[in-house]
Amino acid sequence: MARYSINELRAMVEPDRVHRSTYSDPEIFELEMERIFNRVWTYVGHESQVKKPGDYWTVTVGRQPMIMIRGEDRKIHVLYNRCPHRGNLLIGDRSGNVEKSIICSYHAWQFAFDGSPKAIPLAKGYEGTRLDPTGPACAVKRAPRQDSYRGFVFASLADSGPSLLEWLGASKVAFDQMCDRAPDGEVEVVPTCFRVLQRSNWKFFLENQLDVAHAVVTHESTGRAAMDVEEQVKAKNGSAPLDYHFLSGFTMPLGTWDKMTTVNYPSGHSVLEGYMSLRPQDPISLNYEAIMKSKYGEARTNQILDTNIHHVICYPGLSVQPPLQQLRAIRPLAHDQTLTELWHFRLKGAPEPIYRRALGYFNLVNSPSTMVNADDLWNFRKQHEGLSSDGGEWVSLHRYLGRDDENNGVIRTRIGTSEAPLRNYFKAWAEYMTAGN
Amino acid sequence: MLTVAAPAPLAAPHPASARAASVPLEVQRDVEQFLYRQSELLDGKEWQAYIDLFAPEGVYWMPAHPRQTTGDGEPSIFFEDRNLMTIRMKRILHPHAWSQKTQWGTSHVVSNVVVEAHDAKSGAVVCRSRFHMLEFRRDQTRHFAGSYIHRLVKGADGYRIGLERVDMINGEGMYEYVLQAWV
Repeated sequence: MARYSINELRAMVEPDRVHRSTYSDPEIFELEMERIFNRVWTYVGHESQVKKPGDYWTVTVGRQPMIMIRGEDRKIHVLYNRCPHRGNLLIGDRSGNVEKSIICSYHAWQFAFDGSPKAIPLAKGYEGTRLDPTGPACAVKRAPRQDSYRGFVFASLADSGPSLLEWLGASKVAFDQMCDRAPDGEVEVVPTCFRVLQRSNWKFFLENQLDVAHAVVTHESTGRAAMDVEEQVKAKNGSAPLDYHFLSGFTMPLGTWDKMTTVNYPSGHSVLEGYMSLRPQDPISLNYEAIMKSKYGEARTNQILDTNIHHVICYPGLSVQPPLQQLRAIRPLAHDQTLTELWHFRLKGAPEPIYRRALGYFNLVNSPSTMVNADDLWNFRKQHEGLSSDGGEWVSLHRYLGRDDENNGVIRTRIGTSEAPLRNYFKAWAEYMTAGN
Repeated sequence: MLTVAAPAPLAAPHPASARAASVPLEVQRDVEQFLYRQSELLDGKEWQAYIDLFAPEGVYWMPAHPRQTTGDGEPSIFFEDRNLMTIRMKRILHPHAWSQKTQWGTSHVVSNVVVEAHDAKSGAVVCRSRFHMLEFRRDQTRHFAGSYIHRLVKGADGYRIGLERVDMINGEGMYEYVLQAWV
């Protein structure tokens, strides 16, 4: 039984500050698993990860080991990675193809790609028992709900609740923006997933994504170093690779970051607008724009490309950067341990140099040699250790409180460094944690 | 719009097909000494001297997976020319490289050095070796191991790296923290 009462949970979140136990208490993490992660829609993967029947990727949803597999019927199935016989994981690899059927390595129970039982050895042994080898007790359990939006597959461990589209709400712009930027209207995954473990609570990651004030402080060393080299290369060659700007951008003064906007929705979803001008006018971009215009027409192309979104948070487990086709899935493992899975995508129909931009960002910012996230990860770890101490009880979220614009529950910041996104995450957190109990 | 000029493709050698070339003993010795020196520079945090081991067009490459033959147009863990390497060095040395301020150090051991190709005329060499690297960082140790393949060119002052390919056996695993210096 939960140690915390609803009132105690409610008391942890105040409009301008939050109690440290929301990060540091393993008991709270247990409740988060039950009340947040077991209810929401969790990103499973992209349809293009599993092209042929039998192709699979394994993934963790909440705490559940799941399989995303392409069926003979071309449909995607999200199944529990558990044999109904004695409970073995059915698939031990991260990805691959199961060929004719899913076969358990323990007693060779076999299942179709949709999880239905196909062949159970020693069938005679079940005669006269109450196990029906063709019945549902011998099928691999399916995710209670699964759905996809524009190729992005989600699963929910809850039997009922809002549909995927209702749940995504305004955050569906993450996928619309990414896919609309493809001349063919869809994206394809690049099947290299980098995985980084952070020694901290999962919430730090989401907070950091919309904490624009940290960038110039945390990433100063990388920003300065990249700026130095960028200037040297420019002086020598007349121009420097666009990629360098992904790093040197961190040298922008705080005042510039204040001009950005965050848009914060009641469900915790949020959008960071206005960082980096991603409609450059170099020949590569102009060629791409011409292709876009031939597919979408002038007006629609402008509408798509002028949408200035840097990234979108689908609370609580996903961060998407549509203009650079990056995606980070956040998998909480324990109160002090979080796995991030980093992916990027190709815009179908876009010229190769446009993909190279996404690749440049993936290599420089999201790879395991990242010169950016390295200092974030360091902060997360130190933040977690500090908040686990008795040196203070509360975490401040006061900055620019009361100076944001609110309309129908949607909060738009007037000043980029407002801590509105953090306040808003915790509002959503408190709603999940205290709902329906 | 390439950040890094792509070197010619270089696959990880398949053990069955990889073979030692017949080379003079001094070539074998010089290559080994070069690899030892590389390790010493990394462990000694002599970043500029390490970068200077690379030819002007030299590339340091750690593929995302061993099946890759190029980092050009494909994701990699590292794919850096001297300019990107210089950014990395300057960043590590910056007084506000927060995550690099904690005590850390590495120890590399290089062995199993096989010269696979040797061009007697130019002195160019392709060599393969194995490494173990232990890193200590804030009271924790991490262990990385794998293979190097070096394409070396010979100049007046010795070898320079045209391409260094690093395949870590644990490269596709989960990273507890990340890599900040070259392995």
